Amino acid sequence: MKIIVCAKQVPDTTEVRLDPKTNTLIRDGVPSIINPDDKAGIEAALQLKEKVPGSTVTVICMGPLQADVALREALAMGCDDAILITDRAFGGSDTWATSSIIASALKKMDFDLIITGRQAIDGDTAQVGPQIAEHLGIPQVTYAEKIDLEDDKLVVWRQFEDCCHIIEVAMPCLVTSLSELAEPRFMSVGGIVDAYNSKEVKIWSYEDVKDTLDEANMGLKGSPTKVSKSFTKEAKGEGMLLKDLTDDEAVAAIMTKLQEKHII
Amino acid sequence: MSRDIYVIVELRDGILSKVGLELVGKARELADNLGQDVVAILLGLGIKGKARILIEHGADKVIVVDDPMLSEYVTEPFTKAVCTILTEKQPEIVLFGATSIGRDLAPRVSARIHTGLTADCTKLEIDDDSKLLLMTRPAFGGNIMATIICQDFRPQMATVRPGVMVALEKDTSRKGEIEELDIKFNESDMNVKIREVIKSTKKAVDITEAKYIVSGGRGVGEPGKFNMLKDLAGELGAEVAASRVCVDSGWIDKECQVGQTGKTVRPDLYMACGISGAIQHVAGMEGSELIIAINKNEAAPIFSIADLGIVGDINKIIPKLTEALKKSKTLS
Amino acid sequence: MVGFNLTKEQLLQKQLFRDFAEMEIRPIASQMDEEEKFPQELLDKLKKYGMMGIPYDRKYGGAGSDVLTYALCIEELSKVDGSTGVTVSVHTSLCCSCINDFANEAQKEKYLRPLVNGSKVGCFGLTEPGAGTDASGQQTTARLEGDYYILNGQKVFTTNSGFADVFVVFALTDRSKGTRGISAFIVERDTPGLEVSKDIPRMGIRAASNAEVALVDVKVPKENLIGSEGMGYKIAMTALAGGRIGIGAQAVGIAQGAINEAVKYVKERKQFGRRISQFQNTQFKLAELQTKVDAARIMVWRAAVAKDNHENYAPLAAMCKYFASEVANDVTRDCVQLLGGYGYSREYPVERMHRDAKITEIYEGTTEAMKMIISGAMKVN
Repeated sequence: MKIIVCAKQVPDTTEVRLDPKTNTLIRDGVPSIINPDDKAGIEAALQLKEKVPGSTVTVICMGPLQADVALREALAMGCDDAILITDRAFGGSDTWATSSIIASALKKMDFDLIITGRQAIDGDTAQVGPQIAEHLGIPQVTYAEKIDLEDDKLVVWRQFEDCCHIIEVAMPCLVTSLSELAEPRFMSVGGIVDAYNSKEVKIWSYEDVKDTLDEANMGLKGSPTKVSKSFTKEAKGEGMLLKDLTDDEAVAAIMTKLQEKHII
Repeated sequence: MSRDIYVIVELRDGILSKVGLELVGKARELADNLGQDVVAILLGLGIKGKARILIEHGADKVIVVDDPMLSEYVTEPFTKAVCTILTEKQPEIVLFGATSIGRDLAPRVSARIHTGLTADCTKLEIDDDSKLLLMTRPAFGGNIMATIICQDFRPQMATVRPGVMVALEKDTSRKGEIEELDIKFNESDMNVKIREVIKSTKKAVDITEAKYIVSGGRGVGEPGKFNMLKDLAGELGAEVAASRVCVDSGWIDKECQVGQTGKTVRPDLYMACGISGAIQHVAGMEGSELIIAINKNEAAPIFSIADLGIVGDINKIIPKLTEALKKSKTLS
Repeated sequence: MVGFNLTKEQLLQKQLFRDFAEMEIRPIASQMDEEEKFPQELLDKLKKYGMMGIPYDRKYGGAGSDVLTYALCIEELSKVDGSTGVTVSVHTSLCCSCINDFANEAQKEKYLRPLVNGSKVGCFGLTEPGAGTDASGQQTTARLEGDYYILNGQKVFTTNSGFADVFVVFALTDRSKGTRGISAFIVERDTPGLEVSKDIPRMGIRAASNAEVALVDVKVPKENLIGSEGMGYKIAMTALAGGRIGIGAQAVGIAQGAINEAVKYVKERKQFGRRISQFQNTQFKLAELQTKVDAARIMVWRAAVAKDNHENYAPLAAMCKYFASEVANDVTRDCVQLLGGYGYSREYPVERMHRDAKITEIYEGTTEAMKMIISGAMKVN
């Protein structure tokens, strides 16, 4: 079975803090990690590989050269090959352009199953996976909380807010993984030695995909959506302390606050 | 020329989704600004009767596709139906709920018809000068907000976070058009097979993953009183947590302990009930988005980090709050 | 190492060790200390991820990495739990090295392979009730009878002995030859006559297994003699030289872990109307502690790199252990002080770190023994 996992290197946004004085994000010292949903996808792929002898897992990432370390981590976990697709011309790509670029690379590869993380913790769009599937003309099953292989079909537990569909899909297909799909294994010491000494991270640029990628679909120019402005949320103001209220007044005050914050 | 605001309305178990009505309400506002119409798209099986409700909530027109291929949500048949309509009608704007359906369907549609899509919007406005849709949404794990525009491609598409926009009051006097559309489906459009639909069951508690938390401290007084907090949590869809004192007294499991020697949580809502707010506890929850604290003692340190602090008796306030929440659900 | 920087490969290894320690050990470290027990599940995970054979050759099933990476591992594990650090260190530097450096191919296939590929755990039986710093005072005897050596004697403070599968045991084969009469043997756990006592109650590293091993007419096949008769002392001293790099790393880890806890605490704790991190005393004290730990770390790295480069690393290793262990004791004591009453409480990890630190000045050669080695290398004696 040939499995390809699309992974992204992201800043660990749970560690990002707001500087209260300047109201800007403190990005220094925030570690870069493999996006959690993608890492679960890598683990799921490695488990399928263990189940089906002769299988391979290739991990592909679109990003800057620094993303090399994320790919080494995937190799150290047990992936067989890694491709970093990188080019200055790709800068500023929105999800249409990103998915077009990644799909152009995938079109040059053989695969039975493509796994992408559902959502990246920096962009937070959850769009690239389904868009890749459309560019490749293959079925998609998103929000996978469990996957299994039965004969030559993939069975996916597809999560909805209030229920779960058990879906059977023929390959080739694309699945987007939730972080609960699989608990990622640690790298092993020997795996890291191999990642840097006997395995390689192939670097692809626009030159390598120009026969499958229309250059009108890449970079800022190829992006239908653009960021008009970005800003940090308002810093938390002083809290409000209410005393001498009747119980009903207290309840009303709480209800108002919950409504204000769209909790109810 | 593209025109009109389209809203893809979901149904779950035959009931119109709340987010669908919210988006029709928002679309009404955008349409009035642009001098255009609101068109709702309703996809499913046996759903024709629901179209009227959408008109009563602000739609000028409803396009209904009623077909067995659409009885359960599957990506390809829904994508085909929506793309057929969008290609024919050429809308200006299309809105989807940012649900597990909307976030599966909208990107596929946007890729098929080659247009821009913005995810999980919390604000939508029309720019005064350019008349473009300004789509504002959180990014970077919610740490920043970004306003996105789609200048050169149509329709401008967005998935919108549920619970943010406001549905209009039902107006039975509103008039509108209902169009029934047939989509030519092929058998091959059903390219996956749904083996089984499993209704949700409750999973094991992990307070670090909870969106909302109701937490109790020494002020709860006795183990039985935690039921009061559980009831409140039930109404809010929250998890129950506690300070160390309650865990040490055996009133609640250590899995639920928040604090320096327990877990660190950053939920969207942290209700601190009868918790004094000692530093060892605060260290585990001060990153919460909204902190509401109730405590008898005006000088309790928890009030210095609460967004809303109420000096009062949790034994009286909590049950009344639970009642009020129950009531508010039946009204909507 | 390139300059004073770790390579990308070593940085990724460090990330592995750090993530593992944070996720797998931090939640249970306090409980491990309270229960004085090393969990089998943790041992299995250490083996599974290749941490029990880091600097050993792929040829024998080791991870094929280097001594510096091994030191990084011990430091990261020890930041969270000193008991875990010493468990991996004794297995790797004391037990495995004897076999790796001095055994024949057959012995390496049979014993080194399972030890470094994560199948078995090892320990090192040198210290006896009457032979500590004076390791030459061995009383355990090994008498050749036909195809077997018969071992009799007692070992004490044998780390990992509670669960080890393979024991490297030192015994006298010829009392008349002094240190040249000591030999090294590989003994399997289930050999009749080998009895491991309950763990010895200790001040610190309480989760580590550390027990007495009694040998009563233990029959060891003569193929299990490492090298030749009389090589035992040299084998032991060589192993201990490498072991000191591990203990230096353990001490650095314990100290750094304590500093990390103290920094977190002082930013939260308020007295006199301010966070205590705002007081210059706090800031200056932490600066002093971090500087000492940084110096100790560089000494550990230097000794590790020297060993990787097959240079004369033994004096460097002695220096790094002597310095790092003293730093660990000073730093952990000061960190308990910075946390005040809470530092003394078992709710917070620094008192455990302070208790754990003490042993680093004692085992694998006391500070006094290190000074003997260093002054010897300076040719002062």
